[in-house]
Amino acid sequence: MSMDYTRAAKYFLLMDFVKGFQLGLKYFFAPKATLNYPQEKGPLSPRFRGEHALRRYPNGEERCIACKLCEAVCPAQAITIDAEPRDDGSRRTTRYDLDMTKCIYCGFCQEACPVDAIVEGPNFEFSTETREELFYDKEKLLDNGARWEAEIARNLEMDAPYR
Amino acid sequence: MVEFFTTTNLGITLLIIGQCLLVLVPILVALAFLMYADRKVWAAVQMRKGPNIVGVFGLLQSFADFLKYIVKEVVVPAGADKAVFFLAPMTTFVLAVIAWAVIPFNPGWVLADINVAVLYIFAVSSLEVYGVIMGGWASNSKYPFLGSLRSAAQMISYEVSLGLIIIGVIISSGSLNFTGIVAAQDGAYGIFSWFWLPHFPMVFLFFISALAETNRPPFDLPEAESELVAGYQVEYSSTPFLLFMIGELMAVVLMCALTSLLFFGGWLSPIPGLPDSILWLIIKILFFFFIFAMVKAITPRYRYDQLMRIGWKVFLPLSLGWVVLVAFFAQYGAFGGAYARWAVGG
Repeated sequence: MSMDYTRAAKYFLLMDFVKGFQLGLKYFFAPKATLNYPQEKGPLSPRFRGEHALRRYPNGEERCIACKLCEAVCPAQAITIDAEPRDDGSRRTTRYDLDMTKCIYCGFCQEACPVDAIVEGPNFEFSTETREELFYDKEKLLDNGARWEAEIARNLEMDAPYR
Repeated sequence: MVEFFTTTNLGITLLIIGQCLLVLVPILVALAFLMYADRKVWAAVQMRKGPNIVGVFGLLQSFADFLKYIVKEVVVPAGADKAVFFLAPMTTFVLAVIAWAVIPFNPGWVLADINVAVLYIFAVSSLEVYGVIMGGWASNSKYPFLGSLRSAAQMISYEVSLGLIIIGVIISSGSLNFTGIVAAQDGAYGIFSWFWLPHFPMVFLFFISALAETNRPPFDLPEAESELVAGYQVEYSSTPFLLFMIGELMAVVLMCALTSLLFFGGWLSPIPGLPDSILWLIIKILFFFFIFAMVKAITPRYRYDQLMRIGWKVFLPLSLGWVVLVAFFAQYGAFGGAYARWAVGG
Protein backbone atom coordinates (compact mmCIF):
# COMPACT_ATOMS: atom_id res chain seq x y z
CA MET A 1 0.00 0.00 0.00
CA SER A 2 1.46 3.30 -1.05
CA MET A 3 1.09 6.29 1.20
CA ASP A 4 0.74 9.94 0.34
CA TYR A 5 3.41 11.34 2.65
CA THR A 6 2.86 14.95 1.65
CA ARG A 7 -0.77 14.69 2.54
CA ALA A 8 -0.03 12.92 5.82
CA ALA A 9 2.53 15.54 6.77
CA LYS A 10 0.09 18.33 5.98
CA TYR A 11 -2.53 16.59 8.09
CA PHE A 12 -0.27 16.29 11.11
CA LEU A 13 1.12 19.80 10.77
CA LEU A 14 -2.45 21.11 10.72
CA MET A 15 -1.90 22.91 7.44
CA ASP A 16 -5.63 23.33 6.86
CA PHE A 17 -5.91 24.95 10.22
CA VAL A 18 -2.96 27.27 9.61
CA LYS A 19 -4.44 28.37 6.31
CA GLY A 20 -7.82 28.88 7.90
CA PHE A 21 -6.21 30.88 10.66
CA GLN A 22 -4.46 33.13 8.12
CA LEU A 23 -7.70 33.71 6.26
CA GLY A 24 -9.50 34.34 9.55
CA LEU A 25 -6.89 36.92 10.55
CA LYS A 26 -7.21 38.59 7.15
CA TYR A 27 -10.91 39.09 7.68
CA PHE A 28 -10.34 39.93 11.34
CA PHE A 29 -8.68 43.17 10.24
CA ALA A 30 -10.83 43.74 7.15
CA PRO A 31 -13.32 46.62 7.19
CA LYS A 32 -16.61 45.52 8.66
CA ALA A 33 -19.67 45.17 6.46
CA THR A 34 -22.23 45.80 9.21
CA LEU A 35 -24.14 49.06 9.56
CA ASN A 36 -25.29 50.36 12.93
CA TYR A 37 -28.84 50.13 11.60
CA PRO A 38 -31.02 52.62 13.38
CA GLN A 39 -28.22 55.20 13.22
CA GLU A 40 -26.83 54.26 9.82
CA LYS A 41 -28.83 53.08 6.83
CA GLY A 42 -27.89 51.45 3.58
CA PRO A 43 -28.48 53.15 0.21
CA LEU A 44 -31.87 52.62 -1.47
CA SER A 45 -32.50 52.31 -5.18
CA PRO A 46 -34.93 54.81 -6.72
CA ARG A 47 -36.91 51.75 -7.71
CA PHE A 48 -37.20 50.55 -4.13
CA ARG A 49 -40.73 49.29 -3.45
CA GLY A 50 -41.69 50.20 0.08
CA GLU A 51 -44.79 51.56 1.75
CA HIS A 52 -47.56 52.71 -0.61
CA ALA A 53 -48.77 56.25 -1.06
CA LEU A 54 -51.51 57.99 -3.04
CA ARG A 55 -50.23 61.14 -4.70
CA ARG A 56 -51.85 64.46 -5.51
CA TYR A 57 -51.30 66.94 -8.31
CA PRO A 58 -49.42 70.09 -7.34
CA ASN A 59 -52.74 71.98 -7.17
CA GLY A 60 -53.94 69.63 -4.48
CA GLU A 61 -56.28 67.54 -6.63
CA GLU A 62 -55.90 63.83 -6.00
CA ARG A 63 -54.52 61.93 -8.95
CA CYS A 64 -56.48 58.71 -8.62
CA ILE A 65 -59.34 58.48 -11.14
CA ALA A 66 -60.69 55.15 -9.87
CA CYS A 67 -59.89 53.23 -13.05
CA LYS A 68 -59.39 50.16 -10.85
CA LEU A 69 -56.44 48.94 -12.92
CA CYS A 70 -54.40 48.48 -9.75
CA GLU A 71 -57.21 46.51 -8.16
CA ALA A 72 -57.38 44.31 -11.24
CA VAL A 73 -53.65 43.74 -11.57
CA CYS A 74 -52.96 43.12 -7.90
CA PRO A 75 -51.89 39.46 -7.64
CA ALA A 76 -52.57 39.33 -3.91
CA GLN A 77 -55.93 41.10 -4.25
CA ALA A 78 -54.91 43.50 -1.57
CA ILE A 79 -56.64 46.54 -3.07
CA THR A 80 -60.36 47.31 -2.79
CA ILE A 81 -61.80 50.35 -4.58
CA ASP A 82 -65.27 51.89 -4.61
CA ALA A 83 -65.97 54.87 -6.88
CA GLU A 84 -68.67 57.46 -7.59
CA PRO A 85 -68.84 60.66 -9.63
CA ARG A 86 -68.11 63.64 -7.41
CA ASP A 87 -70.38 66.73 -7.22
CA ASP A 88 -68.35 68.43 -9.97
CA GLY A 89 -68.89 65.37 -12.19
CA SER A 90 -65.32 64.01 -12.07
CA ARG A 91 -64.86 60.35 -11.22
CA ARG A 92 -63.11 59.76 -7.90
CA THR A 93 -62.71 56.95 -5.37
CA THR A 94 -64.92 56.96 -2.31
CA ARG A 95 -62.95 54.11 -0.85
CA TYR A 96 -59.38 52.97 -1.49
CA ASP A 97 -58.42 50.18 0.92
CA LEU A 98 -55.02 48.54 0.83
CA ASP A 99 -54.42 45.50 3.01
CA MET A 100 -50.70 45.73 3.76
CA THR A 101 -50.72 42.27 5.28
CA LYS A 102 -51.74 40.81 1.90
CA CYS A 103 -49.51 43.01 -0.25
CA ILE A 104 -46.45 41.29 -1.66
CA TYR A 105 -44.74 44.54 -2.75
CA CYS A 106 -44.52 43.49 -6.40
CA GLY A 107 -45.09 47.04 -7.63
CA PHE A 108 -47.67 46.04 -10.28
CA CYS A 109 -50.13 48.65 -8.98
CA GLN A 110 -47.56 51.35 -9.59
CA GLU A 111 -46.84 49.95 -13.07
CA ALA A 112 -50.56 49.74 -13.92
CA CYS A 113 -51.47 53.23 -12.75
CA PRO A 114 -52.00 55.55 -15.76
CA VAL A 115 -51.73 58.73 -13.67
CA ASP A 116 -48.93 57.81 -11.24
CA ALA A 117 -51.37 57.99 -8.35
CA ILE A 118 -50.56 54.83 -6.39
CA VAL A 119 -46.82 54.47 -5.88
CA GLU A 120 -44.53 52.51 -3.61
CA GLY A 121 -42.36 54.94 -1.72
CA PRO A 122 -38.92 54.57 -0.12
CA ASN A 123 -40.29 54.03 3.39
CA PHE A 124 -39.76 50.52 4.81
CA GLU A 125 -40.07 51.32 8.49
CA PHE A 126 -43.81 51.15 9.06
CA SER A 127 -44.11 48.29 11.51
CA THR A 128 -47.12 48.44 13.78
CA GLU A 129 -48.14 46.86 17.04
CA THR A 130 -51.49 45.58 15.81
CA ARG A 131 -52.58 43.90 12.64
CA GLU A 132 -55.48 46.32 12.21
CA GLU A 133 -53.13 49.24 11.78
CA LEU A 134 -51.87 47.62 8.58
CA PHE A 135 -55.29 47.85 6.87
CA TYR A 136 -54.65 51.16 5.15
CA ASP A 137 -57.56 53.31 3.96
CA LYS A 138 -57.65 56.18 1.47
CA GLU A 139 -56.97 58.80 4.11
CA LYS A 140 -53.85 57.01 5.37
CA LEU A 141 -52.56 56.52 1.83
CA LEU A 142 -53.10 60.19 0.89
CA ASP A 143 -51.38 61.10 4.15
CA ASN A 144 -48.39 59.01 3.13
CA GLY A 145 -48.43 60.77 -0.23
CA ALA A 146 -48.21 64.15 1.47
CA ARG A 147 -45.44 62.97 3.77
CA TRP A 148 -43.20 61.32 1.18
CA GLU A 149 -44.01 63.45 -1.92
CA ALA A 150 -40.50 64.97 -2.14
CA GLU A 151 -38.74 61.60 -2.08
CA ILE A 152 -41.30 59.91 -4.33
CA ALA A 153 -41.10 62.67 -6.94
CA ARG A 154 -37.31 62.50 -6.88
CA ASN A 155 -37.30 58.71 -7.28
CA LEU A 156 -39.80 58.82 -10.16
CA GLU A 157 -37.72 61.44 -11.90
CA MET A 158 -34.48 59.44 -11.45
CA ASP A 159 -36.12 56.29 -12.75
CA ALA A 160 -37.90 57.96 -15.69
CA PRO A 161 -35.00 57.60 -18.20
CA TYR A 162 -35.16 53.82 -17.86
CA ARG A 163 -38.88 53.43 -18.53
CA MET B 1 -3.02 40.90 64.16
CA VAL B 2 -0.91 38.32 62.36
CA GLU B 3 -1.58 35.84 65.17
CA PHE B 4 -5.33 36.32 64.72
CA PHE B 5 -5.17 35.19 61.08
CA THR B 6 -2.75 32.33 61.62
CA THR B 7 -3.78 30.84 64.97
CA THR B 8 -7.50 31.37 65.71
CA ASN B 9 -10.10 29.33 63.84
CA LEU B 10 -12.14 32.40 62.91
CA GLY B 11 -9.06 34.15 61.65
CA ILE B 12 -8.01 31.23 59.47
CA THR B 13 -11.53 30.89 58.05
CA LEU B 14 -11.64 34.61 57.25
CA LEU B 15 -8.22 34.43 55.66
CA ILE B 16 -9.24 31.51 53.47
CA ILE B 17 -12.49 33.22 52.42
CA GLY B 18 -10.54 36.38 51.67
CA GLN B 19 -8.03 34.48 49.54
CA CYS B 20 -10.81 32.69 47.67
CA LEU B 21 -12.53 36.00 46.92
CA LEU B 22 -9.21 37.47 45.84
CA VAL B 23 -8.94 34.75 43.19
CA LEU B 24 -12.61 34.41 42.28
CA VAL B 25 -13.70 37.99 41.89
CA PRO B 26 -11.00 38.97 39.38
CA ILE B 27 -11.62 35.75 37.45
CA LEU B 28 -15.38 36.33 37.27
CA VAL B 29 -14.94 39.96 36.23
CA ALA B 30 -12.34 38.91 33.66
CA LEU B 31 -14.78 36.26 32.44
CA ALA B 32 -17.36 38.93 31.63
CA PHE B 33 -14.85 40.70 29.40
CA LEU B 34 -13.57 37.44 27.93
CA MET B 35 -17.11 36.54 26.91
CA TYR B 36 -17.32 39.94 25.21
CA ALA B 37 -13.89 39.38 23.60
CA ASP B 38 -15.01 35.97 22.36
CA ARG B 39 -18.03 37.50 20.66
CA LYS B 40 -15.99 40.37 19.27
CA VAL B 41 -13.40 38.06 17.72
CA TRP B 42 -16.11 35.88 16.26
CA ALA B 43 -17.83 38.95 14.84
CA ALA B 44 -14.61 40.41 13.45
CA VAL B 45 -13.73 37.26 11.52
CA GLN B 46 -17.24 37.26 10.05
CA MET B 47 -16.81 40.95 9.16
CA ARG B 48 -19.41 42.03 11.66
CA LYS B 49 -19.02 44.69 14.31
CA GLY B 50 -20.24 42.62 17.24
CA PRO B 51 -21.74 44.05 20.40
CA ASN B 52 -21.04 47.80 20.46
CA ILE B 53 -24.05 49.44 22.08
CA VAL B 54 -23.82 48.81 25.84
CA GLY B 55 -21.05 50.95 27.28
CA VAL B 56 -17.97 52.18 25.42
CA PHE B 57 -17.39 49.82 22.46
CA GLY B 58 -20.01 47.54 24.03
CA LEU B 59 -17.66 46.64 26.88
CA LEU B 60 -20.52 46.29 29.33
CA GLN B 61 -22.47 43.88 27.10
CA SER B 62 -21.76 40.86 29.31
CA PHE B 63 -23.00 42.67 32.40
CA ALA B 64 -26.22 43.58 30.60
CA ASP B 65 -26.55 39.92 29.61
CA PHE B 66 -25.94 38.74 33.18
CA LEU B 67 -28.63 41.09 34.40
CA LYS B 68 -31.02 39.86 31.75
CA TYR B 69 -30.41 36.21 32.58
CA ILE B 70 -30.99 36.82 36.25
CA VAL B 71 -34.31 38.67 35.90
CA LYS B 72 -35.77 36.17 33.42
CA GLU B 73 -38.25 33.53 34.51
CA VAL B 74 -36.91 30.09 35.45
CA VAL B 75 -38.82 27.58 33.35
CA VAL B 76 -38.90 24.03 34.69
CA PRO B 77 -40.15 21.53 32.11
CA ALA B 78 -43.05 19.29 33.07
CA GLY B 79 -41.76 15.89 34.10
CA ALA B 80 -38.29 17.18 34.89
CA ASP B 81 -36.55 15.83 37.94
CA LYS B 82 -36.43 19.12 39.81
CA ALA B 83 -33.64 18.35 42.25
CA VAL B 84 -31.27 17.03 39.57
CA PHE B 85 -32.42 19.70 37.13
CA PHE B 86 -31.13 22.45 39.41
CA LEU B 87 -28.20 20.46 40.72
CA ALA B 88 -26.73 20.08 37.22
CA PRO B 89 -25.87 23.74 36.47
CA MET B 90 -24.61 24.19 40.02
CA THR B 91 -22.34 21.16 39.60
CA THR B 92 -20.93 22.53 36.36
CA PHE B 93 -20.35 25.94 37.86
CA VAL B 94 -18.92 24.79 41.17
CA LEU B 95 -16.54 22.30 39.53
CA ALA B 96 -15.35 24.93 37.07
CA VAL B 97 -14.68 27.29 39.95
CA ILE B 98 -12.94 24.93 42.38
CA ALA B 99 -10.45 23.84 39.72
CA TRP B 100 -8.85 27.28 40.11
CA ALA B 101 -7.83 26.41 43.67
CA VAL B 102 -4.61 24.76 42.52
CA ILE B 103 -3.68 27.15 39.69
CA PRO B 104 -0.72 29.26 40.73
CA PHE B 105 -0.56 32.80 39.35
CA ASN B 106 2.93 33.59 40.59
CA PRO B 107 5.38 31.69 42.81
CA GLY B 108 3.36 31.08 45.99
CA TRP B 109 0.20 32.79 44.73
CA VAL B 110 -1.98 29.72 44.93
CA LEU B 111 -4.96 28.86 47.13
CA ALA B 112 -4.00 25.24 47.74
CA ASP B 113 -0.33 24.48 47.21
CA ILE B 114 -0.85 20.72 47.09
CA ASN B 115 1.55 18.23 45.56
CA VAL B 116 -1.16 16.41 43.58
CA ALA B 117 -2.44 19.51 41.78
CA VAL B 118 -2.43 17.88 38.35
CA LEU B 119 -4.34 14.89 39.68
CA TYR B 120 -6.80 17.25 41.34
CA ILE B 121 -7.40 19.08 38.04
CA PHE B 122 -8.03 15.72 36.42
CA ALA B 123 -10.49 14.66 39.08
CA VAL B 124 -12.39 17.91 38.79
CA SER B 125 -12.47 18.02 35.02
CA SER B 126 -13.65 14.43 34.75
CA LEU B 127 -16.41 15.21 37.24
CA GLU B 128 -17.48 18.09 35.02
CA VAL B 129 -19.15 15.64 32.68
CA TYR B 130 -21.69 14.94 35.44
CA GLY B 131 -23.13 18.44 35.26
CA VAL B 132 -23.74 17.95 31.57
CA ILE B 133 -25.21 14.47 31.74
CA MET B 134 -27.37 15.33 34.75
CA GLY B 135 -28.72 18.37 32.96
CA GLY B 136 -29.53 16.35 29.87
CA TRP B 137 -31.18 13.55 31.76
CA ALA B 138 -33.17 15.67 34.20
CA SER B 139 -34.70 17.77 31.42
CA ASN B 140 -36.90 14.81 30.44
CA SER B 141 -36.57 15.71 26.77
CA LYS B 142 -34.97 14.07 23.75
CA TYR B 143 -32.59 16.71 22.42
CA PRO B 144 -30.95 17.51 25.74
CA PHE B 145 -30.57 13.81 26.37
CA LEU B 146 -28.92 13.19 23.00
CA GLY B 147 -26.71 16.21 23.56
CA SER B 148 -25.62 15.04 26.97
CA LEU B 149 -24.88 11.52 25.70
CA ARG B 150 -22.68 12.94 22.96
CA SER B 151 -21.02 15.23 25.43
CA ALA B 152 -20.30 12.50 27.94
CA ALA B 153 -18.71 10.24 25.34
CA GLN B 154 -16.70 13.11 23.93
CA MET B 155 -15.40 14.43 27.24
CA ILE B 156 -14.38 10.98 28.42
CA SER B 157 -12.62 10.19 25.12
CA TYR B 158 -10.48 13.28 25.13
CA GLU B 159 -9.72 13.20 28.82
CA VAL B 160 -7.69 10.06 28.17
CA SER B 161 -5.30 11.68 25.72
CA LEU B 162 -5.27 14.90 27.75
CA GLY B 163 -4.09 12.88 30.73
CA LEU B 164 -1.44 10.99 28.78
CA ILE B 165 -0.03 14.22 27.37
CA ILE B 166 0.24 15.68 30.85
CA ILE B 167 1.99 12.52 32.05
CA GLY B 168 4.76 13.34 29.55
CA VAL B 169 5.11 16.75 31.12
CA ILE B 170 5.11 15.21 34.59
CA ILE B 171 7.92 12.85 33.59
CA SER B 172 9.92 15.81 32.37
CA SER B 173 9.30 17.99 35.41
CA GLY B 174 9.23 15.35 38.15
CA SER B 175 6.41 17.18 39.89
CA LEU B 176 2.62 17.11 40.09
CA ASN B 177 2.62 20.59 41.54
CA PHE B 178 2.09 23.38 39.02
CA THR B 179 4.59 25.61 40.77
CA GLY B 180 7.08 22.76 40.47
CA ILE B 181 6.24 22.23 36.79
CA VAL B 182 6.81 25.90 36.02
CA ALA B 183 9.99 25.90 38.07
CA ALA B 184 11.24 22.92 36.04
CA GLN B 185 10.81 25.01 32.88
CA ASP B 186 13.00 27.80 34.25
CA GLY B 187 16.12 26.80 32.35
CA ALA B 188 19.19 28.45 30.92
CA TYR B 189 17.75 28.87 27.44
CA GLY B 190 14.81 31.08 28.36
CA ILE B 191 11.86 30.48 26.07
CA PHE B 192 13.51 27.35 24.63
CA SER B 193 13.65 25.69 28.04
CA TRP B 194 9.88 25.68 28.25
CA PHE B 195 8.15 22.39 27.61
CA TRP B 196 6.60 23.43 24.30
CA LEU B 197 9.88 22.61 22.56
CA PRO B 198 10.69 19.16 24.00
CA HIS B 199 6.99 18.29 23.89
CA PHE B 200 6.37 20.06 20.62
CA PRO B 201 3.84 17.80 18.88
CA MET B 202 1.96 17.31 22.13
CA VAL B 203 1.25 21.03 22.44
CA PHE B 204 -1.08 20.80 19.45
CA LEU B 205 -2.62 17.58 20.70
CA PHE B 206 -3.15 19.13 24.11
CA PHE B 207 -4.74 22.19 22.62
CA ILE B 208 -7.06 20.21 20.37
CA SER B 209 -8.00 17.88 23.22
CA ALA B 210 -8.69 20.95 25.32
CA LEU B 211 -11.06 22.19 22.62
CA ALA B 212 -12.86 18.86 22.65
CA GLU B 213 -12.85 18.65 26.43
CA THR B 214 -14.52 22.05 26.79
CA ASN B 215 -17.03 21.36 23.99
CA ARG B 216 -15.75 24.27 21.93
CA PRO B 217 -15.97 24.35 18.15
CA PRO B 218 -14.97 22.43 16.06
CA PHE B 219 -16.04 19.83 18.62
CA ASP B 220 -19.25 21.50 19.78
CA LEU B 221 -21.39 18.48 18.96
CA PRO B 222 -23.07 18.45 22.37
CA GLU B 223 -24.72 21.74 21.53
CA ALA B 224 -24.75 21.44 17.72
CA GLU B 225 -26.88 24.47 16.99
CA SER B 226 -28.20 23.12 13.74
CA GLU B 227 -29.33 19.70 15.01
CA LEU B 228 -29.71 19.72 18.77
CA VAL B 229 -30.53 23.43 19.17
CA ALA B 230 -28.26 23.75 22.18
CA GLY B 231 -27.88 20.17 23.34
CA TYR B 232 -28.16 19.57 27.05
CA GLN B 233 -28.97 23.24 27.71
CA VAL B 234 -32.18 23.35 25.64
CA GLU B 235 -34.56 23.28 28.59
CA TYR B 236 -32.54 25.66 30.71
CA SER B 237 -33.35 29.31 31.11
CA SER B 238 -32.46 32.24 33.31
CA THR B 239 -29.87 31.77 36.08
CA PRO B 240 -29.37 27.98 35.65
CA PHE B 241 -28.47 28.61 32.02
CA LEU B 242 -26.16 31.40 33.09
CA LEU B 243 -24.41 29.00 35.47
CA PHE B 244 -23.89 26.52 32.63
CA MET B 245 -22.52 29.24 30.41
CA ILE B 246 -20.15 30.65 33.02
CA GLY B 247 -19.05 27.12 33.92
CA GLU B 248 -18.21 26.33 30.31
CA LEU B 249 -16.34 29.56 29.72
CA MET B 250 -14.46 29.11 32.98
CA ALA B 251 -13.38 25.64 31.85
CA VAL B 252 -12.13 27.23 28.63
CA VAL B 253 -10.08 29.81 30.51
CA LEU B 254 -8.81 27.05 32.81
CA MET B 255 -7.61 25.11 29.78
CA CYS B 256 -5.84 28.25 28.51
CA ALA B 257 -4.21 28.58 31.93
CA LEU B 258 -3.19 24.91 31.90
CA THR B 259 -1.63 25.27 28.44
CA SER B 260 0.32 28.30 29.64
CA LEU B 261 1.48 26.57 32.82
CA LEU B 262 2.34 23.17 31.40
CA PHE B 263 3.95 24.12 28.10
CA PHE B 264 4.62 27.84 28.04
CA GLY B 265 6.30 28.53 31.33
CA GLY B 266 3.48 30.16 33.27
CA TRP B 267 4.75 33.40 34.75
CA LEU B 268 8.27 33.01 33.34
CA SER B 269 9.34 35.90 31.16
CA PRO B 270 9.84 35.04 27.48
CA ILE B 271 12.17 38.01 26.96
CA PRO B 272 15.57 37.77 28.69
CA GLY B 273 16.10 40.71 31.01
CA LEU B 274 12.44 41.33 31.81
CA PRO B 275 11.37 40.04 35.24
CA ASP B 276 9.05 37.05 35.65
CA SER B 277 5.62 38.25 36.67
CA ILE B 278 1.94 37.37 36.85
CA LEU B 279 1.45 39.66 33.84
CA TRP B 280 3.21 37.12 31.61
CA LEU B 281 0.77 34.44 32.74
CA ILE B 282 -2.16 36.74 32.01
CA ILE B 283 -0.76 37.61 28.59
CA LYS B 284 -0.28 33.92 27.79
CA ILE B 285 -3.80 33.05 28.95
CA LEU B 286 -5.24 35.87 26.83
CA PHE B 287 -3.22 34.72 23.82
CA PHE B 288 -4.53 31.18 24.09
CA PHE B 289 -8.03 32.47 24.65
CA PHE B 290 -7.66 34.45 21.43
CA ILE B 291 -6.68 31.25 19.62
CA PHE B 292 -9.68 29.49 21.18
CA ALA B 293 -11.92 32.28 19.90
CA MET B 294 -10.32 32.24 16.45
CA VAL B 295 -10.72 28.47 16.20
CA LYS B 296 -14.39 28.89 16.98
CA ALA B 297 -14.69 31.39 14.14
CA ILE B 298 -12.75 29.53 11.44
CA THR B 299 -13.50 25.83 11.83
CA PRO B 300 -16.53 23.85 10.68
CA ARG B 301 -17.92 21.22 13.03
CA TYR B 302 -16.62 17.65 13.01
CA ARG B 303 -18.92 14.76 12.36
CA TYR B 304 -19.44 12.54 15.38
CA ASP B 305 -17.63 9.51 13.96
CA GLN B 306 -14.71 11.74 12.92
CA LEU B 307 -14.55 13.10 16.44
CA MET B 308 -14.38 9.63 17.92
CA ARG B 309 -11.91 8.47 15.29
CA ILE B 310 -9.53 11.33 16.04
CA GLY B 311 -9.92 10.82 19.77
CA TRP B 312 -9.35 7.08 19.94
CA LYS B 313 -7.40 6.21 16.80
CA VAL B 314 -5.10 9.21 16.42
CA PHE B 315 -4.73 11.06 19.69
CA LEU B 316 -4.67 8.11 22.05
CA PRO B 317 -1.93 6.08 20.25
CA LEU B 318 0.10 9.21 19.58
CA SER B 319 0.01 10.43 23.17
CA LEU B 320 0.58 6.94 24.55
CA GLY B 321 3.60 6.49 22.25
CA TRP B 322 4.83 9.88 23.30
CA VAL B 323 4.68 8.97 26.98
CA VAL B 324 6.81 5.87 26.31
CA LEU B 325 9.24 7.91 24.19
CA VAL B 326 9.58 10.63 26.81
CA ALA B 327 10.12 8.03 29.50
CA PHE B 328 13.02 6.59 27.50
CA PHE B 329 14.48 10.01 26.75
CA ALA B 330 14.23 10.97 30.41
CA GLN B 331 15.75 7.73 31.68
CA TYR B 332 18.79 7.87 29.40
CA GLY B 333 19.19 11.65 29.48
CA ALA B 334 18.77 12.10 25.73
CA PHE B 335 19.15 15.55 24.11
CA GLY B 336 21.23 16.94 26.94
CA GLY B 337 18.65 15.96 29.51
CA ALA B 338 15.95 18.12 27.92
CA TYR B 339 13.32 15.58 28.95
CA ALA B 340 14.41 15.13 32.55
CA ARG B 341 14.90 18.48 34.18
CA TRP B 342 13.65 17.62 37.62
CA ALA B 343 15.48 18.97 40.63
CA VAL B 344 14.84 16.27 43.19
CA GLY B 345 14.29 12.55 42.97
CA GLY B 346 15.10 11.29 39.49
